[in-house]
Amino acid sequence: MSLLHVKNLHVRVEETEILKGVDLEVNMGEVHAIMGPNGSGKSTLAQVLAGREEYEVTEGQVLYKGQDLLELPPEDRAREGLFMAFQYPVEIPGVSNVYFLKAALNAIRKHREQEEMDAMEFLSYVREKMKVVKMEETLLQRPVNEGFSGGEKKRNEIFHMAVLDPVLGILDETDSGLDIDALKIVAEGVNSLRSEKRSFVVITHYQRLLNYIVPNHVHVLVDGKIVRSGGKELAEELEDKGYVWLEDKLEMPVGV
Amino acid sequence: MTTAIATEKERYVEAFERLAASRAEHEPGKITELRRSAIARFEDLGFPTTRLEEWRFTNVAPIAKAAFDLSPSANGVKAGELADFRYDGTCELVLINGRFSPELSNLEGLPDGVVVSGLEAAWSSHPEKIEPHLGFATFGEHSFVALNTALHRDGAFLFIPRGVVVEQPINIIHLGRTDGKPFACFPRLLIVAEESSQSTVVEQYGSIGDGNYFTCPVTEVVVGANATVDHYKLQRESISAFHVATFQLLQHRDSNFSSHSISWGGGLVRNDVNAVLDGEGAEATLNGLYMVEGTQLVDNHMRVEHAQPNCDSHELFKGILEDRSRAVFNGRIYVHRGAQKTDAKQTNRNLLLSKNAVANSNPQLEIFADDVKCTHGSTVGQLDELGIFYLRSRGIGEEAARSLLTYAFAADIVERIKVPSVRQDLEEFLFRRLPKGDVVRQAV
Repeated sequence: MSLLHVKNLHVRVEETEILKGVDLEVNMGEVHAIMGPNGSGKSTLAQVLAGREEYEVTEGQVLYKGQDLLELPPEDRAREGLFMAFQYPVEIPGVSNVYFLKAALNAIRKHREQEEMDAMEFLSYVREKMKVVKMEETLLQRPVNEGFSGGEKKRNEIFHMAVLDPVLGILDETDSGLDIDALKIVAEGVNSLRSEKRSFVVITHYQRLLNYIVPNHVHVLVDGKIVRSGGKELAEELEDKGYVWLEDKLEMPVGV
Repeated sequence: MTTAIATEKERYVEAFERLAASRAEHEPGKITELRRSAIARFEDLGFPTTRLEEWRFTNVAPIAKAAFDLSPSANGVKAGELADFRYDGTCELVLINGRFSPELSNLEGLPDGVVVSGLEAAWSSHPEKIEPHLGFATFGEHSFVALNTALHRDGAFLFIPRGVVVEQPINIIHLGRTDGKPFACFPRLLIVAEESSQSTVVEQYGSIGDGNYFTCPVTEVVVGANATVDHYKLQRESISAFHVATFQLLQHRDSNFSSHSISWGGGLVRNDVNAVLDGEGAEATLNGLYMVEGTQLVDNHMRVEHAQPNCDSHELFKGILEDRSRAVFNGRIYVHRGAQKTDAKQTNRNLLLSKNAVANSNPQLEIFADDVKCTHGSTVGQLDELGIFYLRSRGIGEEAARSLLTYAFAADIVERIKVPSVRQDLEEFLFRRLPKGDVVRQAV
């Protein structure tokens, strides 16, 4: 049984259809990259999987661990081990990063019938996880994302992921806007979390990230549909030829 | 109708006459005169109606119509009943139903020369310190200030002498308790902080039981040159209590005054804050937080007057409204001719948690100088849905996510409270009030 199985997913926002029949199957331990031009529906796919309510699923199905994912509210998806790193992490003034994480982790542990962590346990656990993304101590105490630089916000997302220990990590353009040093830190963080018991869906606009996070599968999303799937060499081909290459092919009559 | 209103007024005028007969002999003639003109003014004004601009959104008819007992006794409150209002490391002045209670107060450990006293008692012990100051809250256009001026019997007097730093906060606890009989009380507070002194004053209004009564305080504060006063007001009275308060502030040169007005109690609460910055280099910070639910109404009427050049004022009022509650914020900044280099900033932000809650926010600038910086802004909005989604995507339940963001909205003010026990008190209130407060407690 696959961990995530997206079948013929159609999604609409207000009156516009964004996803027009997406199929995707992710097995345990795999890393899938989804690439595509702006406006192709990459972020919509990520947000629908995480449970954003503004998006309306009009057709299709998503199975996660064999159960209907779309039935679950966002918090239950998180508690079942799904994590999405936001493209634009939200600033939450007045809520400290570290205490918020403790509340989140304990909500997840409670759901899994694990004992909640006390402050001491949590602190030593968090210190371990900080190393994953070279988080500075000061970013722990500050309000969630408030006044963080772009790079710090993205690193914080990976840090949240490390702490919450998901089964499926979805990265929504986590690399966009990062300089090479920040990109490497983020990629190293993800790589250190790779295991046989964890899968990733890495959504990106740029091939560069995939030099550092090497995927098992690459999919290209254009205009709400996956138009091409392949191995990591597909990403390189795209880098050489650009998305235009695939968009042009789409417009050609069938059989040419 | 006219007759009915006349009767409402007459009750107060009669009470004035009764009081005049029994009043303390040591009251200075000046005050007796002030009382007479105040009650005369009240007879002219009557109670305000919603036809008056300043009272457009706040209908005080329930106060005007109520047959309050106008001379309540300071009934037998026991020390144990004060537990919720006490803070560690503070000195405490306790007022019950407007009257000073020496037995419940704890005024130990104050530096030499500092006076913390019941007002009535202070008239005999320190008349020379009170007389020059008491009564500068004008009642010409304000019925409730007129009523307080005419009818106050007791209250508090604080005097911080020149250069003295009072480390421990002075906690003024005003409690109301009815014995089944609704009453009105008119506590009068005077705080005189002399040149270069420093002090912290907490002014609390609370209830014992769910009493139906009316508190109508007037607090006058004089901040001398180069003096610092940090003031906190906590409105935590019962939901059936009425509260119409006036805070009159006079600041001299280079003085620094800050106030945080926290309001979660009372059924109808009106705060008039009138600040006059009357010396160059004075700075006033007037912040507030109100949280109302049910059919509560809270009305903050701010008037900040820049009378001299180079003064700064900052106002930040935030409000959280649930159910059918209502909030009014009226912020007037008045810059006198010649008050150049004024820097005045005013912000009011309201968070509506229910479709039926209403916030009226009304900034008003009157500027008669030409080299000033005055800004104002007001917002009325709901919780950020994207923020809620972000929290939920990390495993926090929806209700807890809403509470967390609500807390975060308030945290801005909470974090500015410098007295730890006051801040904790407010935090605890928020954890109790907000659904899933235990998650919030863990997350902040």
